[in-house]
Amino acid sequence: MSDPKKEWPLWEVFVRAKGGLSHRHVGSVHAADAKMAIEHARDTYTRRMEGVSLWVAPSAEITASDPGEAAALFEPAEDKIYRHPTFYTIPASVKHI
Amino acid sequence: MYTTDLSGKPPPEVVREDPDKLAAFEARVANDEFIEPKDWMPEAYRKTLVRQMSQHAHSEIVGMLPEGNWITRAPNLRRKAILLAKVQDEAGHGLYLYSAAETLGVSRDEMTEALLSGKAKYSTIFNYPTLTWADIGAIGWLVDGAAIMNQVPLQRTSYGPYARAMVRICKEESFHQRQGYEIMMQLAAGAPAQKRMAQDALNRWWWPSLMMFGPPDDKSPNTEQSLRWRIKRDTNDELRQKFVDITVPQAEAIGLSPPDPALKWNQARGGYDFGAVDWEEFYAVVRGEGPVAKERMQARVKAWEEGAWVREAARVHAEKRANASHAAR
Repeated sequence: MSDPKKEWPLWEVFVRAKGGLSHRHVGSVHAADAKMAIEHARDTYTRRMEGVSLWVAPSAEITASDPGEAAALFEPAEDKIYRHPTFYTIPASVKHI
Repeated sequence: MYTTDLSGKPPPEVVREDPDKLAAFEARVANDEFIEPKDWMPEAYRKTLVRQMSQHAHSEIVGMLPEGNWITRAPNLRRKAILLAKVQDEAGHGLYLYSAAETLGVSRDEMTEALLSGKAKYSTIFNYPTLTWADIGAIGWLVDGAAIMNQVPLQRTSYGPYARAMVRICKEESFHQRQGYEIMMQLAAGAPAQKRMAQDALNRWWWPSLMMFGPPDDKSPNTEQSLRWRIKRDTNDELRQKFVDITVPQAEAIGLSPPDPALKWNQARGGYDFGAVDWEEFYAVVRGEGPVAKERMQARVKAWEEGAWVREAARVHAEKRANASHAAR
């Protein structure tokens, strides 16, 4: 009964709640094509007006970083604290900086 | 609640996990961290979660049937619109859970096949029939009430996708319980025949709702591991006691009585003493002998088989259009 070739492909769904906010990943839907994926995403994830905008992307097209490699991947940023404004001491008497 | 695996088969061979990886995993879980799809996890954890999440999803989908039975016979338009919205929500909840389960490497079709072949279980409560309109009230109040009791703590279960699905479900479940209780409130305050109907529904749904929390703790061998892995946050008996303590006053508030002569407030414990659950009935229903178990599976198999042409037509149509647009470039 389960033939992977016959299953509708999986799409990841991203919903944006209001103008100005970014799309957030909410889950996935199965659909035969992009138009159906948008409709299924609307039915599944926005029954209570949770979104004003939907993105769907085939799950197979998404690449995720490997959590096992996270330490090595993000290591360059770990010790660059001078990227943060709090690293710099500016006298209180100097305004707007 | 959904990890029922009373197939009677011996447990599968224990996989020898790398002790360092296992220790690191257990430390993360003990630290209240979330495990995400591509993180390392013990095989037993993955298997238990696939079973629990897929059975939870199956329960939502099969759970559409008892209430779907009364959509065409709702007493007025308001009730009909509300019931439609609730049943739609149950479909949505099933889909959130299937979607979350798929992140563990199992496919939707595999899970569907397990349900339709009888290999996978779903919550025993849905194998009982809805005989009157009052059953719709009792289900919303008691069955969704029990589900809420189980789902609220699971918002912090260890597996990220499952926890996030629980957050979404919990937001939606509250209206389910309130609409059911509202039905019972109206019937209990109505004509004598309506009040009798409400009491009769409570009589039939009370004990099966208590059974939803699963066997007693001393008959649940996997509890310790599930608690340690944060797949379960409270024991079956703890949740069952909490449900009774919360629900009895709700019944009294509308002049209905749970069908339990042994129900008595225990001042020393700060909770209700209640009568013995008939576990023979529970195990019989788990074995497949529930009053409408066969009808539930027939309905699901029919829906799958009769929908095959739709799935196939949509798939082939999409393929044709994709090939045409590819050729046109």
